[in-house]
Amino acid sequence: MSVDSVFVHKMWNDHELSKMVEGGIPFAMLSDGGGKVGSVFGVYLEDEGVEARGRFIIDPDGIIQGFEVLTPPVGRNVNESIRQIQAFQHVRNSKGTEAMPSGWKPGKPTLKPGPELVGKVWEIWKTSMAFD
Amino acid sequence: MAEEIKAGCARPTGGPVGEKAKTKEETQKSTDKEVKAMVTVGKKAPDFTAPAYHKGKFISVQLSEFLGKWVILCFYPGDFTFV
Repeated sequence: MSVDSVFVHKMWNDHELSKMVEGGIPFAMLSDGGGKVGSVFGVYLEDEGVEARGRFIIDPDGIIQGFEVLTPPVGRNVNESIRQIQAFQHVRNSKGTEAMPSGWKPGKPTLKPGPELVGKVWEIWKTSMAFD
Repeated sequence: MAEEIKAGCARPTGGPVGEKAKTKEETQKSTDKEVKAMVTVGKKAPDFTAPAYHKGKFISVQLSEFLGKWVILCFYPGDFTFV
């Protein structure tokens, strides 16, 4: 979503993005003229008249599970967004019984919070596991 | 002569020439607006509708149509802005 019109979205898709992604952009490119939606999400930069690089993860109940907002010159990390969704999905599938430690990704151990785990995380989770 | 503007990620915008400085009351209003703009993790995402371009068609999208699915909502400064 950006403040551009849907017509500009079409031109950007047809003339540039479709040369980077085969078949063009697969998802909807939303238009937010005037930044009304961006203002509600706290990412509209009034002085510049544009929206910051905000990324919101919204779960199947419509709850915001996480967001990241960057100023315009630095791009986001798609892998990190995917990792966070996988982690939130894992939490949801466990019905909240499991928690995902720093750097968790599929295949790495999860934590099962409870009285037995208090003060014992160091035994099963090492700081090196926070890194890839 | 027209001034050359630097190309960057933030799209240059126009606006009224000689705009008056905000009065105290207006400044207060914009502060109120910022308070309303708060979104919080663990809370419902504000619902919205927006026009969109999707696979050759112009459509209208409403966030609540996606209940039951995981959604990534991304904002960015503008089309053709490099990053």
